Amino acid sequence: MTQRLPLIIFAIVMAVIPFIPGIPPFWIVLLDNIGLAALVAMGLVLLTGVGGLTSFGQAAFCGFGAYTTAVLTTAYGVSPWLTLPLSLLVSGIAAVLLGIVTVRLSGHYLPLGTIAWGIGLFYLFSKLEFLGRNDGISGIPPLSIGGFRMLDPGTIYFAIWIAVLLSALLTMNLLDSRTGRAIRALRRGHIAGEAFGVQTPRAKLLVFIYAAVLAGLSGWLYAHFQRAANPTPFGAQAGIEYLFIAVVGGAGYVWGAVLGAGIVVILKEILQSYLPYVFGGQSQLETIVFGILLVVLLQLAPTGVWPWLMSKLPFRPARKIPDTSLELPARVRAPSTPSVLLHIDKARKQFGGVIAVNDVSFDVGAREIVALIGPNGAGKSTTFNLITGVLTSTSGAISVLGTKVDNAPPQEVVKLGVSRTFQHVKLVPDMTVLENVAIGAHLRGHAGAISSMFRLDRADEARLLAEAARQIERVGLGDQIDQLAGSLSLGQQRIVEIARALCVDPLLLLLDEPAAGLRHMEKQRLAALLRQLRDGGMSVLLVEHDMGFVMDLADRIVVLDFGTKIAEGTPADIKTNPDVIKAYLGATA
Amino acid sequence: MNTTIMLFLLQDGITNGAIYALLGLALVLVFAVTRVILIPQGEFVTFGALSYAMLATGQVPGTARLAVAMGVVAFGLDLYAARRSLRLKLVVRSALLNIVLPVAILALTYALAGPKTPIAINIALSLLIVAAIGLFLYRIAFQPLAHTSVLVLLIASVGCHLALQGLGLVFFGAEGLRGPALSNAAFTVGPLRFTGQSIAVYGLTIAFIIVLWLFFGFTLMGKALRATAVNRLGARLVGIRTTLSGQIAFLLASVIGAISGILIVPITTLYYDTGFLIGLKGFIAAIIGGLVSYPLTAVAALVVGSVEAFSSFYASNFKEVIVFTLILPVLVLRSLAAPAVEEEKD
Repeated sequence: MTQRLPLIIFAIVMAVIPFIPGIPPFWIVLLDNIGLAALVAMGLVLLTGVGGLTSFGQAAFCGFGAYTTAVLTTAYGVSPWLTLPLSLLVSGIAAVLLGIVTVRLSGHYLPLGTIAWGIGLFYLFSKLEFLGRNDGISGIPPLSIGGFRMLDPGTIYFAIWIAVLLSALLTMNLLDSRTGRAIRALRRGHIAGEAFGVQTPRAKLLVFIYAAVLAGLSGWLYAHFQRAANPTPFGAQAGIEYLFIAVVGGAGYVWGAVLGAGIVVILKEILQSYLPYVFGGQSQLETIVFGILLVVLLQLAPTGVWPWLMSKLPFRPARKIPDTSLELPARVRAPSTPSVLLHIDKARKQFGGVIAVNDVSFDVGAREIVALIGPNGAGKSTTFNLITGVLTSTSGAISVLGTKVDNAPPQEVVKLGVSRTFQHVKLVPDMTVLENVAIGAHLRGHAGAISSMFRLDRADEARLLAEAARQIERVGLGDQIDQLAGSLSLGQQRIVEIARALCVDPLLLLLDEPAAGLRHMEKQRLAALLRQLRDGGMSVLLVEHDMGFVMDLADRIVVLDFGTKIAEGTPADIKTNPDVIKAYLGATA
Repeated sequence: MNTTIMLFLLQDGITNGAIYALLGLALVLVFAVTRVILIPQGEFVTFGALSYAMLATGQVPGTARLAVAMGVVAFGLDLYAARRSLRLKLVVRSALLNIVLPVAILALTYALAGPKTPIAINIALSLLIVAAIGLFLYRIAFQPLAHTSVLVLLIASVGCHLALQGLGLVFFGAEGLRGPALSNAAFTVGPLRFTGQSIAVYGLTIAFIIVLWLFFGFTLMGKALRATAVNRLGARLVGIRTTLSGQIAFLLASVIGAISGILIVPITTLYYDTGFLIGLKGFIAAIIGGLVSYPLTAVAALVVGSVEAFSSFYASNFKEVIVFTLILPVLVLRSLAAPAVEEEKD
């Protein structure tokens, strides 16, 4: 309940403001505008700040929301409350259509694509006959409850701010959930999330639709607030402004959207009303100052105002401690474990003319620690990527427990019980260790976005977090559970990755250089953990350069050189194998 | 369809397309060197065009004063950036570039501006003014952000666009302006009439494409500029002055923008905010060219120009809709052709 306290206080403050005697009506209008902008910016926070998808086209989705209700209420006499779901639906459908095209775009193509369709839609709004062309549609009926009509800014104020508060609540719920973690992992690239079963394209489309629906809601409210709709507020300029609001407030924070909207709307108002006095009657001065402020802000505070404010707070928000007594159902294992877990038969990977992995064959048996070693560039990590489906093999066959996985997507491979860590750590630095590790249990939870938003996922969520906490304890990072992953040392981050991989409840664990960056004692602890896992029935395939560590730990070693397997055997065999010595030292020593 | 109409439309499309090609080239150039997606390119166009138009009427455009103001800010930033190791040589050099140069341009403009000034001098003055603005714009807005992500640079770029467009209104007013033609020569081939102006458009576009292609493909400086774009740190380690690369890119882009503006202002009336739309169409061409290829950008620009001409004839209401939607299938194809590589973004 304490976590909800700031929200409740904020809600009470907002509810009281209109009843303060002598408050200028104009302030209420400003607050209405702030609320409308905050709704759109909140969608952008999720889309851009959290999900990493920049959109300059959000204003167009407001347009869909506003025009839907405008047309239906004026031309067909539909009640505004009935048009609310329709407005959201139209925005959502538009988002699905544009999203399918847009979210596939990578890098800077994405923002440019949104600018393009944003402008295209603006011109469409202003040219279509049934939308009233440039003049738009006027005479939209006000919202009304029974006989109470929300005609003036003071009454629709409540509708707007209830929408803002509800949206903020739902958005925060969504972010703090299984789906939310998948969304928050998007910005750091798709490989890590997909390795744990996250359907990245679907998650991207989800945030895109979510942001569009929030914009549609804002558009619907706007239409009934202004009681008119014309193309101007839905153009490229407005789209840019919404992004600006999100950046000013702090693009990764839900409350940053509200704060940013407040700052920008009030600033614009001040600029519009006072600049002409200072500089004489010149128009458009506010855009000049606005643009300059935007550049200055990016140079001085690229993360926005909200995180800066939060860092000034004297207290830290308390974090929940997961109840580790809850259990997730374990993976159903075959009663008699087959002797071969992973079978690789002549796997081959070519990048153009380079053969990275050249017809490599080896097996990993049950309860076995196999090490894959070889000089740099030998194709070890590529082999890992072939097994886990990050890369598709050129030829050959890979199977896990008899199921063929060559060219299966990573999400399917992990379902079979193969989980991995990465050579270059792929954690989300601004998420806590607990949240990062919980991504590993993604496939063991079932709650979707909607149930998360309405907090129907709590039982599911508690079990996921309990499992994550247990694995963190197991790898010995219990003290760091609440720290941000980015604040840990590189060695510790590698251990966090192991905990995340363990959350899959794997049969086979693939570790890419797990001991790099660890101190001697930490390496010993890691070796002990891996032995314990093996004795518990798990198999481990690891890539490692620390020969002492490998020779001590591995049951069997496979040696690669220039993509080709040159030796396989027990550590004792490998130590004396002349080919291996030649590969490492250049000549027979 | 009537062949004559088709030829007219095609000619119109190619003339516009050539302008878009010039802008597209500048955008590719700036992006390739600085990773900035230069939204204010459109303002370089209007500043160049309208400064030229105002000079033609004998007035001194406000852009000349803007260059001085921006130079002063740039000088301040230089001093601040070097505050720990302030040397006289550094200060003098910065003052020469940032203060003396724009003041000299302003003085020159005041001295030469008049109703009887020859066209060539007016063109030279407008180019000088816009070039200075471009140079200082990089110093003020983008150089401090040079290490940040494409997204931050893009948002900053939008900020610059807003500020410059607002200034455009202050300098040139809401009324559109037209400038005198570069030459009044004209000849006809069959049903088509070619003016000296349109020939100049074609010629300059082709010349720029060839020069840029040669510059980036075959000169050390050009290769250094490209190296900066790929990896700033790496470029610095091998001795490339990355700041200089950025300045050169912006200088070239602003000159190209101004030239495009001067080329079209005798053909169509330009308003303070026309540049944005023209620039965006250059963008579409640049994006179709993948922000890397000059010849492909030029071809794409011609396609954009032609599509615009034909759609303005057949569906004039939806001209802009069609032009801007053109980009989406291309973007999708591009994304599919080169699937997203894992980017370490932030």
